[in-house]
Amino acid sequence: MRKVAIYGKGGIGKSTTTQNTVAGLAQMGRKVMVVGCDPKADSTRLLLGGLAQKSVLDTLREEGEDVELVNIRKKGYGDTWCVESGGPEPGVGCAGRGIITSINMLESLGAYEESEGLDYAFYDVLGDVVCGGFAMPIRDGKAEEIYIVCSGEMMAMYAANNICKGIMKFAQSGSVRLGGLICNSRAVDNEKEMIEELAKLLGTHMIYFVPRDNDVQRAEINRKTVIEWNPDVPQADHYRGLAKAIDENTNFVIPKPLEMEQLEKLLMDYGLMN
Amino acid sequence: MATTKKKLVQWDPAHVKAELLAKYPSKVARKRAKQIMINEAQGNETPEISANVRTTPGIITMRGCTYAGCKGVIMGPTRDIVNLVHGPIGCSFYAWLTRRNQTDAGPDGENYMNYCFSTDMQDSDIIFGGEKKLIQAIQEAYDLFHPRSIAIFATCPVGLIGDDIHTVAKRMKEKFGDCNVYAFSCEGYKGVSQSAGHHIANNQVFKHIVGENDAEKPGKYKINLLGEYNIGGDGFEIDRIFKKCGITCISTFSGNSTYDQFASAHKADLNAVMCHRSINYVADMLETKFGIPWIKVNFIGADATAKSLRKIAEYFGDKELIDQVEAVIAEEMPEVLAARTDVRTRTEGKTAMMFVGGSRAHHYKELFNEMGMKTISAGYEFGHRDDYEGRQVIPTLEVDADSRNIEEIHVEADETRYQARKTPAEFEALEKAGYTFKQYDGLVPDMDQGTIIIDDLNQYEAEKLVELMKPDIFCAGVKEKYSIQKLGVPMKQLHSYDSGGPYAGFKGAVNFYQEIDRLVNSRVWSYMQAPWQKNPELSASYVWE
Repeated sequence: MRKVAIYGKGGIGKSTTTQNTVAGLAQMGRKVMVVGCDPKADSTRLLLGGLAQKSVLDTLREEGEDVELVNIRKKGYGDTWCVESGGPEPGVGCAGRGIITSINMLESLGAYEESEGLDYAFYDVLGDVVCGGFAMPIRDGKAEEIYIVCSGEMMAMYAANNICKGIMKFAQSGSVRLGGLICNSRAVDNEKEMIEELAKLLGTHMIYFVPRDNDVQRAEINRKTVIEWNPDVPQADHYRGLAKAIDENTNFVIPKPLEMEQLEKLLMDYGLMN
Repeated sequence: MATTKKKLVQWDPAHVKAELLAKYPSKVARKRAKQIMINEAQGNETPEISANVRTTPGIITMRGCTYAGCKGVIMGPTRDIVNLVHGPIGCSFYAWLTRRNQTDAGPDGENYMNYCFSTDMQDSDIIFGGEKKLIQAIQEAYDLFHPRSIAIFATCPVGLIGDDIHTVAKRMKEKFGDCNVYAFSCEGYKGVSQSAGHHIANNQVFKHIVGENDAEKPGKYKINLLGEYNIGGDGFEIDRIFKKCGITCISTFSGNSTYDQFASAHKADLNAVMCHRSINYVADMLETKFGIPWIKVNFIGADATAKSLRKIAEYFGDKELIDQVEAVIAEEMPEVLAARTDVRTRTEGKTAMMFVGGSRAHHYKELFNEMGMKTISAGYEFGHRDDYEGRQVIPTLEVDADSRNIEEIHVEADETRYQARKTPAEFEALEKAGYTFKQYDGLVPDMDQGTIIIDDLNQYEAEKLVELMKPDIFCAGVKEKYSIQKLGVPMKQLHSYDSGGPYAGFKGAVNFYQEIDRLVNSRVWSYMQAPWQKNPELSASYVWE
């Protein structure tokens, strides 16, 4: 089983990209489990056709200690297993601690056992690596491949670089590696070249360039992945392409994070090209 | 005794200090060297000691945490406030009496010290926030007991997840109407020792309780006793003496105290401060806001007790009180002196070490002096430089980031309730006659030349010190107790008094003489032999040797 975590700046499209890619993998016949690590619990909406999932933490709270796998995971598009970690409302409690608790719970309930026949486990993690709890998926070998979703915007690249620092920290003591950058285009000037260059500097590669397309939003309004909503549109092919690239990826590295000056220079060089 | 004398000449302080530092890495040794001082202060300039600084990680310190200082020390001895600990149940063990601060439930019978109030936070409370559970716990305590007041104490996780305990307290106070609810942000990780917790407790008690009750209190000579915690009944003995002298104690901070005592503290005319380290903040604020001056007192030691009583009487300057105090001293002292003369035949020349508190080591030196015993090494767990060197060094203290982290509240004179207790001329006359307000000498000037003063002593140094200097008795807390006893040296806890006390006042002094006589003259410790002292240790060699 390959264990994949998707990180990236908040609002960059991690959940959308993850679910659409998972749909692509499912179409290829892969068995996938998606674990949403966001207190908003909206990481599996497109696969399940709505916010239909009761989170691990809510279940734990209501059921007490007597929790079974059937209570916390649901079957979504293409027989994918969907799990939402869940967490507190904004401004209270500790969401990081919540993620630690729910991943431990999934493990102890046997969600990752060989008998489950999984090809992939995907973690969709909120925002930056802000604290120990959000780093949980890349600790202790919970996830072994990281893909960072980014775009050609400064803050997205800055976040990507920061996440690489987190990966580097845990890579030295564990098995986690960076699998590549996914460029979720914001239609910025020279975006593809810039992200390719950033990837190169980080010691990795841009695994796929996902162009900006309103079909993604149309599918989202219908609570579906693009592949499910309309398998014939060009964007569906892009997600299939990304799924294939991940499936065939062999490029796993310990990233070399950039200094701030280096990052700014990159922006200057590519932003001023025309 | 010949053997004792022999011991005293055996060690050279410079050698002892070098030995204590020998095993440390050089950076740690440099830092500790500043906290270990060979005393040269003899009336001249007091040398500087480093204190109230972070303990180096890896060192097994004797210190406690901020929560311990706030909840355990300051608020713990108060009987009719429900002390509710917001946190996991482990910290909450200390929500009930564990410090042997005794209480008398009084005529109202209200006493919550033997209860343990806790929110018992679980994993899910950490994740989803603990405020709801806290509200529920406050409500439950209110419904069950209808206390005058509920105090909430934050443990470490509460600070980490950011539960807004102060807003919860405010809302519940408004909701109840007849119960004062307030909270202490005394998370254990704040500050370098429990000293930070004392400060936090002082601030909140002053902000939320002091001055709440303006009703007049009967009594002619009204004082507050600050920094007395009624360990082993110390406060009861002091109260007995006050009563005999005709002194009215409006409030004690905080031994055997009640909510109403704190609320009425501004009705006293003098603040007598015992442990200034833990409570000087309240003393200063009471003076600024209400005009009550403060003096340093010490009721540990019979001579010190007499001195302190005379000091209080001199302040009021009333012949009636002065005469009564003299009569009480004359009545109490013969029994003390008889006991002292008796024990001195056995305790004279014996040696003691004390590592406790932020004033206690200094106070108890008085008692050892009375017994003819010499304090060869002493220090504080959580003292600041002024506790060692005297209050005059305060302006020169460096305020570091750890201290800045603790709120400093600024008070001003109360518009209607501020009242100078004496005219400027009266204050001047007192001071001219040698009377000192707001002043305390540190431990250092009272220690003999060549003795060793050590701040924030740790497990390793304690054992080394005992091994090198072989005192006849070692005094500290429960964490140190058994390791010292295993070295064959009697050990007396000066935090909790083991199972003894009171040791304050006149009767307390007699108790202490007898207890120490019993300990230092018992031969039981010399019979102790560890298995490895009887039989040689197993010997082995490395395979590559």
